[in-house]
Amino acid sequence: MNILEVNGLVKHFPEVKAVDGVSFSIPAGSCFGLLGPNGAGKTTTIEVIEGIQKRTSGDILYKGARRGPSFRQEVGIQLQNTELPQFLTVRETLNFYRNLYDRRADLSWLIEICRLEEIMDRDNWKISGGQKQRLLLAIALANDPDLVFLDEPTTGLDPQARRHLWEIVRQIRIQGKTVVLTTHYMEEAQILCETIAIMDHGKIITMGEPEDLLAQYARGSTVVLRGLARDDALSGLQCSWDRLEDRVEIRTENVNECLRELIRNDVDLTAMTIRSQNLEDLFLMLTGHSLRG
Amino acid sequence: MLRRMWTIFVARNKEFYRDRASFGWSILFPFLVIIGFSFLFDQDRQAMYKVGLIGPSAQPERAARSPQYDDFRKTRFVEFVEFASADEALPKLLHHRIDMLVDPGAGEYWVSRSSPRGYVVEKLLSSSGSGSAQFKKREVEGIEIPYVEWMFPGILGMNMMFSALFGVGYVVVRYRKNGALKRLSVTPLSPFEFLTAQIISRMVILIATTSFVYAGCALMYRFECRGSYAALVFVFALGGFSMVALGLLIAARSASEEFAGGVLNILTWPMMFLSEVWFSLEGAKPWVKGLAKIFPLTHMVDCTRRIMNDGTPLSQMLPQVAVLAGSAVLFLALGSVLFQWQKK
Ligand SMILES: Nc1ncnc2c1ncn2[C@@H]1O[C@H](COP(=O)(O)OP(=O)(O)OP(=O)(O)O)[C@@H](O)[C@H]1O
Ligand SMILES: [Mg+2]
Repeated sequence: MNILEVNGLVKHFPEVKAVDGVSFSIPAGSCFGLLGPNGAGKTTTIEVIEGIQKRTSGDILYKGARRGPSFRQEVGIQLQNTELPQFLTVRETLNFYRNLYDRRADLSWLIEICRLEEIMDRDNWKISGGQKQRLLLAIALANDPDLVFLDEPTTGLDPQARRHLWEIVRQIRIQGKTVVLTTHYMEEAQILCETIAIMDHGKIITMGEPEDLLAQYARGSTVVLRGLARDDALSGLQCSWDRLEDRVEIRTENVNECLRELIRNDVDLTAMTIRSQNLEDLFLMLTGHSLRG
Repeated sequence: MLRRMWTIFVARNKEFYRDRASFGWSILFPFLVIIGFSFLFDQDRQAMYKVGLIGPSAQPERAARSPQYDDFRKTRFVEFVEFASADEALPKLLHHRIDMLVDPGAGEYWVSRSSPRGYVVEKLLSSSGSGSAQFKKREVEGIEIPYVEWMFPGILGMNMMFSALFGVGYVVVRYRKNGALKRLSVTPLSPFEFLTAQIISRMVILIATTSFVYAGCALMYRFECRGSYAALVFVFALGGFSMVALGLLIAARSASEEFAGGVLNILTWPMMFLSEVWFSLEGAKPWVKGLAKIFPLTHMVDCTRRIMNDGTPLSQMLPQVAVLAGSAVLFLALGSVLFQWQKK
C-alpha cells in the first residue's frame, strides 16, 4: 500500500515555477529520497505536501485519501531550518512538542534513538550543530509518526555526525515508519533510500532504485583531469565530458579507448584519476551541472 | 486542546522569566521611574511654588486694586497659573498640581491643609503688602492626593502598555521570523489555541508584575487605594487585555522586527504622552483630547486614577470600561482574522 501519492504537483511563485509537475508514490515503510542541487524545488515539494504551502495544482493522497486532520497528528516534520525555543532545555523542548500531539512517542525511546542522554538538561542554545540536528530529528519523531519528512537532515554535519544520523534513520525504518528525505548527497540517498528521485528546475528528471539507476545510466568510469588549461585538446573526443570548476570529467564506458585517444591528442595525464561512476556522475550527466556548486 | 494551550502557555512563561534581562527590566523599570520622579519632584519643590489664580481678574490691571495682591504677584520663585473657575482649579490643588489657589476678585484663597509648601506660600501671601486688607482663607473640601500617588497609576499603566505591546507583538513577530511559528503550524496546534495561550500567559505576567510593583510601592510610599481593589484589578486586567490584543493585531502578519518595532513605537509614544501619564491635557486643543480618547491607555489610566485617588466606584466609569472592553474585542477579532503562521 502507498502511504503517500503525489500526482502532477505544481507550485508556482510569481517569479519561478518551483515545482513543475511532480508525481511519485511512496510505499508504506520505505524510504524515499529527493535529490537535487540548490533551488531544485525539494523543500517546496515537501512543504506543499506537509501543508505549509498551498499547491498551485495537483493531487496529494495520504493513505489513499485527501489529507484530513489526522494528517497533522500522524506525520513528523523536520524543516530545513528551525529555531528552537531559546530558554528551554532539551528535555523541556522535547516535552513541549510531544504535548502538542494526541499520540506521543515514549520519551526514553526518543532519547535513546537520537542519543540525547547527555544533553537532556542543557539549554537549547548551548548545544552543538550535530546535537541540534539530532534534537530536531527527535522533535520530528515526538508524535510517534507514521510518515517522517526530513529536509536535509545532514547538511552542515561532519562525516561522523552524518553517519550517526544515518544510523538514526535506519532505526526509524526498523520501527516501520516511512521516511521522505531530501539531500544533496548521492551517497546518503544511496545508503538510506529504496527509491530516489532526482530533481532539477522543479521537475523529476529520473526516479528509481539507486542500483537500477546506476546500472541504467552509470555503467562506465569517469576520468578526472586536473590542471588542463584549454579545452581544444578534448575537442575530437568520442565520449562526453564536462568542464567543472577545477577539473575536467570525462565519462566513458571504455577506459582503454578513451585513454588512447587522450594520449594521441597529447593531453598531459600526470594529475589524472579514474573511478567507476556513481550517482554524482549520473546527476552531472542528466543535468549538465554538478550537484553541489 | 487544553493540553496544547497549556503547553504553549507554560513554555512562554518559562521563556519570559528565564530571559533575565527583560524580566528584571519589567520589574525594575516602574520602580526606577517612580523613585526618580518622586526625587525630581522634591527637588522641584524647593525651587518653585505654583499658585493658581481664578477669573479674568487674574490679569493684574483688572484685579481688585489690593496692595497685598499686587505685592504678592511680585514674589519671586512663585509661578502663577490661571484658571477659569474655582471648580476647575480646586481639583488641581487637591492633586498637588498647584500649592495655593487665589481668587483676587473675591479676595479669597484656598490652600492644602497638609502641604508644607502650601503653608509657605500662605505665609508669603499674608506678609505681602504690609498691613493692608487681608485675603480670606477658605476651607478646601475633599481629599488631597500626593503627587507620587497621582503619578503611580499612570506609571503602572505605561509599564503594562510596554509589556503588553512589546511582550506579545515583538515575541510573536520574532517567532515568525525565526521559523518557530512555521514549525508550530505543522503540529495540530490551531491559531486560536496559540493566540489564547499567548494572551493568558501575558495577562498572568502583567497582573503578577503589576501586583508586585504595586505592593512594593505601597510599602515604600505608604500608598492608599481609596476605591475597591477588585475594581482596580478589574480595570488593570481589562486595559492590559486590550493592549495585549492590540499587540497581537500588530503581530498578526509581520515577520520583520524592525517593522513591528516601528509600528509599536508609533503607537506607544503618542499613547504615553496623550494618556496623561506625564502631562496633563488641561488646556490642550479639543482634537488632541479627542485623539487621546482612542487609546486604551488613556481610559485605563483615567479609571485607575479615579479608583485609587478618588475612590470612584466602577459604576461611574461604565463608558470607559465599555471602550476598553470594546477595543479589546475589536483588536482580538481583527488580530485572529489577520493572523498568519508564516511570513508571506
Ligand atoms: N516563498 C517563496 N517565494 C518565492 N520563491 C520561492 C519561495 N520559496 C522558494 N522559492 C524559489 O523556488 C525555488 C525552489 O526552492 P526550494 O527551496 O524548493 O529549493 P531546494 O531544492 O529546497 O533548494 P536547497 O537545496 O537550496 O534547499 C527556488 O528558485 C527558490 O528561490
Ligand atoms: Mg531546501
